Amino acid sequence: MQHILRSILGSIVVSLCIVSGATAGEEKVLNIYNWSDYIAEDTIANFEKETGIKVNYDVFDSNEVLEAKLLAGNTGFDLVVPSLSFLSRQIQAGVFMPLDKSKLTNYKNLDEDLMKRIAALDKDNAHAVPYLWGTTGIGYNVNKVKEVLGDDAPVDSWALIFDPENLKKLKSCGVAFLDAPVEVIPAVLNYLGEDPNTFDTKLIQGKAQDLLMKLRPYITYFHSSQYINDLANGDICVALGWSGDILQAADRAAEAKNGVEVAYVIPKEGAAMWFDMMAIPKDAKHPDNALKFINYILRPDVIAAISNYVWYANPNSASRPLVDKEILDDPGIYPTPETEKKLYTFAVLPPAVDRVYTRTWTRVKTGK
Amino acid sequence: MRTIAASIAARVPRFLREPRSLLIAVPYFWLFLFFAIPFLIVLKISFAEAQIAMPPFSSILEWTGEKLSINLNLGNFQFLFEDELYYTAYLNSIRIAFNATLLCLLIGYPMAYVIARMPPSRRNVFLMLVILPSWTSFLIRIYAWIGILKNEGLLNETLKTLGLIDAPLHILHTEAALYIGIVYAYLPFMVLPLYSNLVKLDPRLLEAATDLGARPWQAFLQVTLPLSRAGMLAGSMLVFIPAVGEFVIPELLGGAGTLMIGKVLWQEFFNNRDWPVASAVAIVMLLLLTIPIMLFHHYQARELEAR
Repeated sequence: MQHILRSILGSIVVSLCIVSGATAGEEKVLNIYNWSDYIAEDTIANFEKETGIKVNYDVFDSNEVLEAKLLAGNTGFDLVVPSLSFLSRQIQAGVFMPLDKSKLTNYKNLDEDLMKRIAALDKDNAHAVPYLWGTTGIGYNVNKVKEVLGDDAPVDSWALIFDPENLKKLKSCGVAFLDAPVEVIPAVLNYLGEDPNTFDTKLIQGKAQDLLMKLRPYITYFHSSQYINDLANGDICVALGWSGDILQAADRAAEAKNGVEVAYVIPKEGAAMWFDMMAIPKDAKHPDNALKFINYILRPDVIAAISNYVWYANPNSASRPLVDKEILDDPGIYPTPETEKKLYTFAVLPPAVDRVYTRTWTRVKTGK
Repeated sequence: MRTIAASIAARVPRFLREPRSLLIAVPYFWLFLFFAIPFLIVLKISFAEAQIAMPPFSSILEWTGEKLSINLNLGNFQFLFEDELYYTAYLNSIRIAFNATLLCLLIGYPMAYVIARMPPSRRNVFLMLVILPSWTSFLIRIYAWIGILKNEGLLNETLKTLGLIDAPLHILHTEAALYIGIVYAYLPFMVLPLYSNLVKLDPRLLEAATDLGARPWQAFLQVTLPLSRAGMLAGSMLVFIPAVGEFVIPELLGGAGTLMIGKVLWQEFFNNRDWPVASAVAIVMLLLLTIPIMLFHHYQARELEAR
């Protein structure tokens, strides 16, 4: 109860601040809501210094929580960063205002191919600009996996974790899956040779669920952030997770010099490619400041610094010369063109399919 | 003059003339503002239909030119009976809350009893010790349990150093951890009403029982225990009711295998974006909870009559 009360009080305080500030036209304030651990240390400070706009930076860690706030309205945020498939549904619900691209002088820096992919879910790229993007693949402890499965372990394939025989052996050193049906179920469908975005609920509740049920006994836990630490410490040896998070784990392990070597792979069968999108809610009080911030992020030096810090690829072609070579050359972050062809984006699921996803997930997690 | 004053007084509503009823109006107003209104909003949403919009449900009142039509969608409630998920989750929640309440009673009763038997000067110190942990954020205290219970946590490391175990005990993310969390968090709610009940117990009754030949345990079973029933019941209600709807503790300490209704509600609201079904789940939970509350009231009323 206490925490609920606190968040209610918190939001009252926030909305009071916003109401009191709204009268003076567009004052020099900007309220941003972004993913946690997803920006460079000096990005905000530099923006404030350059523009004199005071930024209130708040973070979330799930698309679902962000969406519930947006659909209720009056969030008080001027700029939010949902993932593309969520953004698409939110556009349908009428959450966002179209972007005034005449104010985005750095818009030309964006990668055209990526923008075409995104346009499938946001027509004419009218409502949002991509912030960073990544893939959902496998992170693994190089030595432990070799120890358990031998030298010919299929580390370039989903079979590493989706073949029950392999996972059974890996159980001894720890297995983590993202706690996100919208990530895991499409990956399983793709591995089984089906359309990862299928709306065929019989396939989801049949083939996909059957395999997940077989894998379930060997999965140590489902969690969407715990695996970063555990991979780095060697507490788990494989994780189905997000590219940047796993690479952060690899970086931490290397720094700790604890003998753990973590690698990230986009399996050869293909993987999900996702985008986090900057968009402005219709009821934003400071849309012009938000546009200024988007234009600032579109600057090659700014976004390169972010990529260098969080280990996620950015959609900014002009920033490539400024991105660390180590990151630019990592095929797990910037995949080769051949790999990129095999990446798929998520579709927007109809409510009935959404429900089947959640229900299947509950059944898998509870093992019943 | 008097008649005018009397006639004015007669026109003033009765509740304004009596300061006592005005005082009673305050809690009613509180209840209206923070219970009745939110409840009616949730009830309204539970009869709507989910849709992709802001807010994500249909309006149940529709003004079509001249007619005001009310569209009540009962499908959300019907839906709860079609999938055994909801039934299992409700049952799980009630079972876990019941067991946790029982554990709280078994641990809390001796605590309250001992504190009530202490000399008054020491009582306050021990009562303080019961309440003191609540001064820290609830969330932080539950997180602390993760640190204690996890595989390489405080408990396992201590047991290992003592040579009692070789492999770590797997407690975190099991039902045992869930019980530890709930009992820990709600124990003060059991101890405090029990204490205030036991401290009022007239010690002469026990003396009389001893004089009449009862052994201490007989006196406890036949005098203390029956007289503290109201305290036990109040404490149990204070533990049971919030434990049924508990979300944070199962989420942080419990395992994936134990599904409680709080989690189902979360999934309906966030994963399925189906606010109407989520509201229906909440309404049914409330109805289920009113049964023990009504029993409690019934019992209390009888207790008052008996005095």
